[in-house]
Amino acid sequence: MSHETVAIIWFGLWGLIWTIYFVLDGYTLGTGMLFPFLARNRQERNQLQEAVGPFWGGNEVWLITAGGATFAAFPAVYADLFSFLYTPMMLILFALFFRAAGLEFMHKDDSPLWQKSWKWAFTISSFALALLFGVAFANLFYGLKIGPSGYEGTFFSLLHPYGLLGGLLFISLFVVSGALWVMLKTVGEVVERAYKVARPASVVATVVLSLFFVATSNRTPLFNNFTKTPILWIVPALAFVCALLMLLFVWQRRIGLAFTNICLTIFTLMATGFIGMFPNMLPSRINDEYSTTLFEAAGSELNLKIMLGVAIVMVPIVVGYQLWSYKLFKEKITKETAKGYQ
Amino acid sequence: MSDVLLLSRFQFAITVFYHFLFVPLTIGLIVLIAWMETQHVRTKNPLYRQMADFWGKLFAINFVLGVVTGITMEFQFGTNWSEYSKYMGDIFGSPLAIEALVAFFLESTFMGIWLFGKDKISPKLRAFSIWMVAIGTNISALWIITANGFMQNPVGYIERNGRIELQNFWEVVTNPYAWHMFVHTVVSCYIVGAFFVMAVSAWHLLRKQHVEFFKKSFKYGLILGLIAATATPFIGHKSASFAAKMQPAKGAALEAVWETKESLPFHIIQIPDPENERNIVEFLTIPKLGSYFYTHSFDGKVVGFDQIPKDERPNVNIVFYSFRLMVALGLYFVALFWYGFYLYRKNKLVESRRFLKLVMYSVLLPYVAINAGWVVAEVGRQPWTVYGLMRTAEAVSPISLSQIVFSLVSLVLFYTILLIADVYLMLKYAKKGPYTSTATKGGEIQHVS
Repeated sequence: MSHETVAIIWFGLWGLIWTIYFVLDGYTLGTGMLFPFLARNRQERNQLQEAVGPFWGGNEVWLITAGGATFAAFPAVYADLFSFLYTPMMLILFALFFRAAGLEFMHKDDSPLWQKSWKWAFTISSFALALLFGVAFANLFYGLKIGPSGYEGTFFSLLHPYGLLGGLLFISLFVVSGALWVMLKTVGEVVERAYKVARPASVVATVVLSLFFVATSNRTPLFNNFTKTPILWIVPALAFVCALLMLLFVWQRRIGLAFTNICLTIFTLMATGFIGMFPNMLPSRINDEYSTTLFEAAGSELNLKIMLGVAIVMVPIVVGYQLWSYKLFKEKITKETAKGYQ
Repeated sequence: MSDVLLLSRFQFAITVFYHFLFVPLTIGLIVLIAWMETQHVRTKNPLYRQMADFWGKLFAINFVLGVVTGITMEFQFGTNWSEYSKYMGDIFGSPLAIEALVAFFLESTFMGIWLFGKDKISPKLRAFSIWMVAIGTNISALWIITANGFMQNPVGYIERNGRIELQNFWEVVTNPYAWHMFVHTVVSCYIVGAFFVMAVSAWHLLRKQHVEFFKKSFKYGLILGLIAATATPFIGHKSASFAAKMQPAKGAALEAVWETKESLPFHIIQIPDPENERNIVEFLTIPKLGSYFYTHSFDGKVVGFDQIPKDERPNVNIVFYSFRLMVALGLYFVALFWYGFYLYRKNKLVESRRFLKLVMYSVLLPYVAINAGWVVAEVGRQPWTVYGLMRTAEAVSPISLSQIVFSLVSLVLFYTILLIADVYLMLKYAKKGPYTSTATKGGEIQHVS
């Protein structure tokens, strides 16, 4: 296997790890954003906590792995991406602090102020994470203001309409995902409230996704790869079809299928983005010669091969025990038995 | 030094200190909890389960902050030390990725299972899950220290394509520097965990509440702590003498050695004066012992600062005093654990109120010692970020002053909020004592010894 091939494989794995993270954390972030609106009392909050509690930590490790994989396989991208996007990265960090602490600390004290503060910390952080990740990845698809001497933009130059549309897209997809997850994992009134959210949210998500694709086509070079290799159109087409199916199943109230389709939508959306970026990892909006390709950023052949070996062994093991944990907690959570984070 | 560099170093130091307030307890405490769960499986005595639940609750509060402050560390290499990441990433990135794949997934997934599955799964599965968490946390230490070991003693690399590239993975993972540090760090973490359990137990024993529960817990802490604290001077000595051999500048700073000397004496009391390159005070001197510490020979030659260029020296005072502090505390722990063991054997523990108070008030000292140890390791390596290969000043990101000010201020603010919440919760639940879970309702707690 040549250095180039293994670098391309790592690009695929890199995209896959990010994608898995968004699929998995999507429902937790969605549950977080909806938390105060779905749960009206302590017992219902316990229900929602328990719906994500056993899984969110393991899900967040996919993000840490994505960071680690970027560092290990594409050191130059890791260095530039994180330092170019310094401020949004910091905001993501802060939101990660308070998402975790909010969820786990909320019920550890009975003071209403304590509970309220951590509850909103959880919700606002979840919202911020969806928005920030959406804006960040939309900017990767769009291209960053990278010139000959590095990043020439500021934090605010990321907030162009396409970037914000990306943020909105992530928020709407994750809200749908969260609402459906709550419906799958719990019983009782929270389910009805979640369904009331899921219906309009599924419409919004589908509309925003359509707009995002139109904007992508008009405003970004992302679809060039697809024009070159038309067979690839199947991926964005699938994203759109899955979104429509999700919409259909939500309105038919076939929640398992709807959830499957929202996950597939997120998956194919991210896949579309990564295929479109190829071989760039840090595309420049200013001029393509300032872009960083995966070949330029790749680690040494030996490093990539060893890491590939580690990934081939470890990822299936991880997926295995994570699936097992989902099986272990497959029972629906009732108001009466839910304990949440005590 | 430029402001961005200085503030970036501050930020790294502050965030790593915060992170390392939580991690040692995670690594140390989990071993005791796993042991309790195992005893529950073996004896079916619900007391053990109650113990695992009580300490597990404190563990969980601490664990979540270890996780979130850890993410900062991972991101920070990219955000604040991008030149470092570009130059070193080919070697430094993979241990971090492996750490996530091998350790973080394991500990986080099974922590979820243990926390939420407690009442659903069998005692065996509970014990299995918590052991997975314990293994995960301990392995994570191995991988992050493998990464740090490369910064201390670069091995298995080649300089190519304007960066450091991996040449021999085996050398990187068997780096003796890393293994010395790993053993020293993990065993020190066990002291932190043991001390924590003993201190909380002491608080309750002083109030004569839940006596059986906390006597038993105390015993668990005592045994682990006794072994760990007794081993630490030997492990620490090996680690330090090896470090001194590999990094003569760090070595010279440990005992503030200004002149290269054979038969170096050891001064129990010593005050260095780095400006004039001498010691102002040298008191209670033991001849030749210094050489023995460095070289295992009373006549061995010890490299002093006279052989080290000025721009390759660390801050002597910080390294010297941190090292002394760590060693003094380490010896204090040995004495304390053995005395505690003596009292326990004589069955005088509960009556020895002074000793219990001493344990209680000493609870923060292991944290001080372990962080002082890392100060020795990290400050002692300066001005290098990777020893001999890259200086810290070359490693920093080309970010603006306003960016670093923004992140530094926010991080300090948010970490302080989190720390206050953490301390509040830890104290609250530590004082609350064990709660009766559903599992203990059925059977009486049996007396165990």
